[in-house]
Amino acid sequence: MLGVARRKIACESIPAAILGQALQRIRPLGSILPRNYSNGAKEMMVREALNSALDEEMSADPKVFLMGEEVGEYQGAYKITKGLLEKYGPDRVLDTPITEAGFTGIGVGAAYHGLRPIVEFMTFNFSMQAIDHIINSAAKTNYMSAGQISVPIVFRGPNGAAAGVGAQHSQCYAAWYAHVPGLKVLSPYSAEDARGLLKAAIRDPDPVVFLENELLYGESFPVSAEVLDSSFCLPIGKAKIEREGKHVTITAFSKMVGYALKAAEILSKEGISAEVINLRSIRPLDRATINASVRKTNRLVTVEEGFPQHGVGAEICMSVVEESFEYLDAPVERISGADVPMPYAANLERLAVPQVEDIVRAAKRACYRSVPMAATA
Amino acid sequence: MVLWLARSRLSHQFGVRIGAVDALRRSLLWAPSPSPSNPTPTPSSHPRRGDRCGGRVFGDRRPLCSAPSVGSSDEGEDPRDNRVLDFPGGKVTFIAEMRFLSESPVERVNCYRVLDDDGQTISGCKFQEVSKEVALKMYNDMVTLQVMDTIFYEAQRQGRISFYLTSIGEEAINIASAAALSLDDIVLPQYREPGVLLWRGFTLQEFANQCFGNKSDYGKGRQMPIHYGSNQLNYFTVSSPIATQLPHAAGAAYSLKMEKKNACVITYFGDGGTSEGDFHAALNFAAVMEVPVIFFCRNNGWAISTPTTEQFRSDGAVIRGQAYGMRSIRVDGNDALAVYSAVHAAREMAISECRPILVEALTYRVGHHSTSDDSTKYRPIHEIEHWRTARDPISRYRKWIERNGWWCDATESELRSQVRKELLQAIQVAERVEKPPLSDLFTDVYDRVPSNLIEQEKSLRETVKKHPGDYPPDVPV
Repeated sequence: MLGVARRKIACESIPAAILGQALQRIRPLGSILPRNYSNGAKEMMVREALNSALDEEMSADPKVFLMGEEVGEYQGAYKITKGLLEKYGPDRVLDTPITEAGFTGIGVGAAYHGLRPIVEFMTFNFSMQAIDHIINSAAKTNYMSAGQISVPIVFRGPNGAAAGVGAQHSQCYAAWYAHVPGLKVLSPYSAEDARGLLKAAIRDPDPVVFLENELLYGESFPVSAEVLDSSFCLPIGKAKIEREGKHVTITAFSKMVGYALKAAEILSKEGISAEVINLRSIRPLDRATINASVRKTNRLVTVEEGFPQHGVGAEICMSVVEESFEYLDAPVERISGADVPMPYAANLERLAVPQVEDIVRAAKRACYRSVPMAATA
Repeated sequence: MVLWLARSRLSHQFGVRIGAVDALRRSLLWAPSPSPSNPTPTPSSHPRRGDRCGGRVFGDRRPLCSAPSVGSSDEGEDPRDNRVLDFPGGKVTFIAEMRFLSESPVERVNCYRVLDDDGQTISGCKFQEVSKEVALKMYNDMVTLQVMDTIFYEAQRQGRISFYLTSIGEEAINIASAAALSLDDIVLPQYREPGVLLWRGFTLQEFANQCFGNKSDYGKGRQMPIHYGSNQLNYFTVSSPIATQLPHAAGAAYSLKMEKKNACVITYFGDGGTSEGDFHAALNFAAVMEVPVIFFCRNNGWAISTPTTEQFRSDGAVIRGQAYGMRSIRVDGNDALAVYSAVHAAREMAISECRPILVEALTYRVGHHSTSDDSTKYRPIHEIEHWRTARDPISRYRKWIERNGWWCDATESELRSQVRKELLQAIQVAERVEKPPLSDLFTDVYDRVPSNLIEQEKSLRETVKKHPGDYPPDVPV
């Protein structure tokens, strides 16, 4: 069975590191439930958060169904859909043949007629084979049909770089999909984000692109009782201030939020108080929260994993220039992945993806602790 | 031992000395046991020139050239051949000699036809009967479609609409297939099927409104002409990319299956559309998922300027159905009764057996691909004229209803002038109706208008108010 995943994940054998990580994450069924600690705080893995969100929404609405490669019998390429085939049956959890264009089109057609499909891409890199259906058949249809045809579909799957998977498995598609009117684009970071945003996405009448991250699947986050409730839902289009600060605003989404938080920790030791914003929603972008923060701190660093040109950071910068230009005390700093297809060798990969130190240096530049990038031009 | 035997037998037969290596090679190619009744085999491993494929050359084995399709039985076959192998996918009988399936069948798939060129039912034909009412409505709508196409095409030429695309030559396909369906059946069109909408009750005024993109257009002026859609009539809005509607149809059919409704999906596409990846995915999936969908291929011979000879090498589209495990039929697309019967039967099978059906209707695209095309540049005018006149589906069907005593010349000219009048009227009205209001620029992007678009609309209105001279006067704000 791993042979199938093998074919998609790498041309030759799965690198030992990945396999090791993957095997570590295949835990027995019992750990789907969050573990209890003596002080009452529950922790939940992002994987469990997504699984529970899918389970609850499928249970609440019989129109919701899943489709994708390996989502059923294999329990999901990353085990996100574990147990769902058994619980809901093959009518609601469809293992599809290998044709992203095909099953995306089919999902859109089902949505046209009123079902609520959740289409999984093994990684969003493969969504490019289906992108005509995502854009032309899903995103634009409500508009082109003048409201006659709505497309309540969710496209989800891992996005961005994993570890050692090379150029065709590492691209970040946030900027691509956020470019298109008619789509909503979400990207969770924590387990709370994963649960709340996925539920919101499933309930939303518009097509939603839900960008997860493979390396976050195994990370655990504390979750409150409110988050665990089956009616829990996060609003689409609202960012979250993960850490309040006074001196510089750092925006990030998905895995980079964790990096930004680490950078904020390091910066605080040097007397720089960074405010970290977890975007959660790439389209619509929470311009209000971002601008309010920049008006408070007067400095901005945008962080993303994807390629720099036409990226999410470029849009955030423009939004701030449009609305809060007078409040900026320093040029906006942009941290992004390197402008190259992702290399495979571990050392090269590390250099091609933002690291915590890059964020720290950028924040310092914005705070004039060192010369800003723009000033050196 | 075998080697020695082979060598000695071969040498004996050929009267030629062959080396041990040669003998070894030959014994590995095929098990030699030439029977005395057969002609002298040659030492070459290729069949003799002039051998007909399938003829016996070497022993009782067939040569290594293309053989007729599997299924033709062979006399004197070794009983050891009737053994069964077990592989994923099921049991297969194996044979000990190589046989390639031919790339082209001995005979093309037969075409179902009911009316001959004179509008007479072919003797011994079987077809689905139609009542006089339905038969006349079919004719009425075929003529209306033809007249509508002609007039809208002219309107585009006059610059009154920006674009148009006709269905001339395919009226039987349009109307007869629609007539065989119920209003509950969902239609996912390509773009050459406005007749289906017409049958279901879309008015000439509604067609005109869409082409002119005015306020009354159900599409709120957002789409090019001929991109009709109607929720009420279960006709999904036309979408330009080719064949994307095919997987949509499979998905919508899946949705119907879950609802257990007494209805099916029908989706139309051309010969060109069968080349798209979506065609493969849709048919394959529909067969695997077992959903009630009719895949209707209008094989009209041309995909803009690409003739079918350059589009595929298969025997049209119908032959591919079997490759996907799908029941299929080929019909004469210019024969209204044949199309009606085939779709009627396909619908019943699709719904009662919950399976997809492929219908290939052979026809000819008499008009240009669209108003952006001049097909005389790539095909001879006499060919177009031949199909426009001698093979016209409407006149053929007319002969049939006239034979039944249901139609005559007077009613014909009355109908045509009536339709023409109505159309010209509809165009005049549509031209004068206001264009959609400014607010329609921003609605329906999402289910609810997002704040950024509300702001944009506000700022646009302010700009229009400040600079009224820069803004067209006939567009309502």
